[in-house]
Amino acid sequence: MLKYSIKRIILAAVTVFIIAAITFFAMNAIPGGPFAKEKASEPRIRAVLEKRFNLDKPVGEQFVLYLRNFFQGDFGVSTKTGREISTTIFTSFSVSARLGGMAVLTALVFGLILGSVAALMRGKWPDRVIIFFTTFFVSVPSFILATLLLLVFSLQLGWFPVWTPANPNYTLPVIALALYPMAYITRLTKSSMLDVLGQDYIRTARAKGVREQLVIFKHALRNALIPVITYVGPLTAYILTGSLVVETVFNIGGLGTHFVTGINNRDYPMIMGTTLFLATLMVMMTLISDLLYKAIDPKITFD
Amino acid sequence: MTEYTPDALPRKKPLSLQLDPRLFEPATAEEKEQHDVMRESTTFFKDGLRRLMKNPLSVMSLVTLLLLLVVIVVAPMIVPYGYSEVIKVDGQRDRGITNLRPMTYSVMEQAKIDAGGTVFPHLFGTDEIGRDYFIRNIYGARVSLAVGFFASIIVLVIGLLYGSVSGYVGGKTDIVMMRIVDIIYSLPDTLMVVMLSVVLDQVLGDSLQGTILASLGNNMISMFLVFGVLYWVGMARLVRGQILSIKNNEYVLAAKALGAGSRRIILKHILPNCISVIFIATALQIPSAIFVESFLSFIGLGVQAPMPSLGSLANLARGGMQIYSYKMLFPALGICLIVLSFNLLGDGLRDAFDPKLRR
Repeated sequence: MLKYSIKRIILAAVTVFIIAAITFFAMNAIPGGPFAKEKASEPRIRAVLEKRFNLDKPVGEQFVLYLRNFFQGDFGVSTKTGREISTTIFTSFSVSARLGGMAVLTALVFGLILGSVAALMRGKWPDRVIIFFTTFFVSVPSFILATLLLLVFSLQLGWFPVWTPANPNYTLPVIALALYPMAYITRLTKSSMLDVLGQDYIRTARAKGVREQLVIFKHALRNALIPVITYVGPLTAYILTGSLVVETVFNIGGLGTHFVTGINNRDYPMIMGTTLFLATLMVMMTLISDLLYKAIDPKITFD
Repeated sequence: MTEYTPDALPRKKPLSLQLDPRLFEPATAEEKEQHDVMRESTTFFKDGLRRLMKNPLSVMSLVTLLLLLVVIVVAPMIVPYGYSEVIKVDGQRDRGITNLRPMTYSVMEQAKIDAGGTVFPHLFGTDEIGRDYFIRNIYGARVSLAVGFFASIIVLVIGLLYGSVSGYVGGKTDIVMMRIVDIIYSLPDTLMVVMLSVVLDQVLGDSLQGTILASLGNNMISMFLVFGVLYWVGMARLVRGQILSIKNNEYVLAAKALGAGSRRIILKHILPNCISVIFIATALQIPSAIFVESFLSFIGLGVQAPMPSLGSLANLARGGMQIYSYKMLFPALGICLIVLSFNLLGDGLRDAFDPKLRR
């Protein structure tokens, strides 16, 4: 276990380092440099600016400084607004984290329930209905779903108010974000539940007269949960990237909105900063879900 | 051949360990029948195809995709409008032609029809600057399908080469090559795609000017490059796993013993045996590539401006969504239909061709 954990942690660290390297060199590869578009092209002002952002040093040293700043939470300054990117990221992340957290919970709870129902009623109509809808939802991109939900339930029917910072209504954005992972978790739970229900210990439990609820909740569901845990890493990644567009569609001022406006404004430090932040977050989540998986499942041997 | 009778058989020698032939009973006619070959022998491919055709969902999605293919090939030949062409009536600019509802005509067009002229109907209406929306959607579907197809081919080629070398050579080379794959695999793909396409778009800049590639546009090229850089790792892993499991089979050993070279073994013995699994993985890559393409187009990084893609059409439709909500519907349905069909077809292909799932 220890050896495996160390191996995974090293891999995660290498990944974060590589992501940082890619963002740094990508930023450097963009022709013109960060101040090419500024009007103040007077050499003296330029020199001061370059000194402020360490652009006068050799590339290798710049990279080291960049890494140090990154780990201290300094992502540079937006070329569009002139604000510190780290401030923007940390303030808007609270909104995104809330939205994402709710979506993860929704996806997990409903996915597990629907998956178990589908497995327990295999071949009957609830199973068919559930599988039909999950197959359908796996094929709908989140931005389309978000737009259609906004159009139908918010604009046409008026059931849910449009999102405003003062009066946030998370229902529709959460649905838009959660449906795809929910569909995936449903399928995953169904197949792993079916697998578990066919095991000998379930038959033993039933044979010795354990109540059906107990068999399902204590013996079957607990073991069926294990594969779902591995999906938590990819799930977080999906929710985070999905929130980029869902936030844009619903006009929620979260991290995603800043990312997309950054792209539209060609605000490179902003794009790099948000990418680096989100990517690191995703790597961490994958690491945690992998370690959790190994810790929970007693059947897995550590090599 | 002599008739089988217990008497005609040689007697067992008293001290021999041999079984006594007399103890055997002749097979009955029914037992002999069981050994008859009931079905004509078929090839792996034919058998898989037969299974695929039995699955109604796969057939349905196959038909849908073929129909779609026919429509996007034929429609531009029939519809007289171009995808970036602002419609004119008799060579004159028509101010009333923007944002027409489906199957309606502008005042000028109506006047022309009343005067006995013919105007090709705007099946999906027109967009905000007066371009035919139907043909834009058709071209959008073309772009999306083309991106999905070519991206999958790129992924297939790189993954196949890398995976077969890694799996076949083995040893230290394999370990090093797979570590590289592990690291690329753990990069968050969508974010890296977004960032790399932003950067590549700038870096490529004018360097493509004048080449054949220029007509595709920077965005498109950078999208393919990014696909080539990031998405091959899954395929490489799959190919390597397949090759490792096939490499140790007896027939490969036999071929080696007969003096076959690596090239012949890979091409003749290993690849044909894992081709179906690889083929299915490639088919399943197409919808995910279309997903990524529409995502990129939606946030404004996809194909270059006049050229539409389903994702960028959906993005544009967001602008006037409250009034022209139908404009959202066409590209949205298009993407869903394509992705759903490919997913169902991929599932069907896997059920039909995957040796592990066979009875």
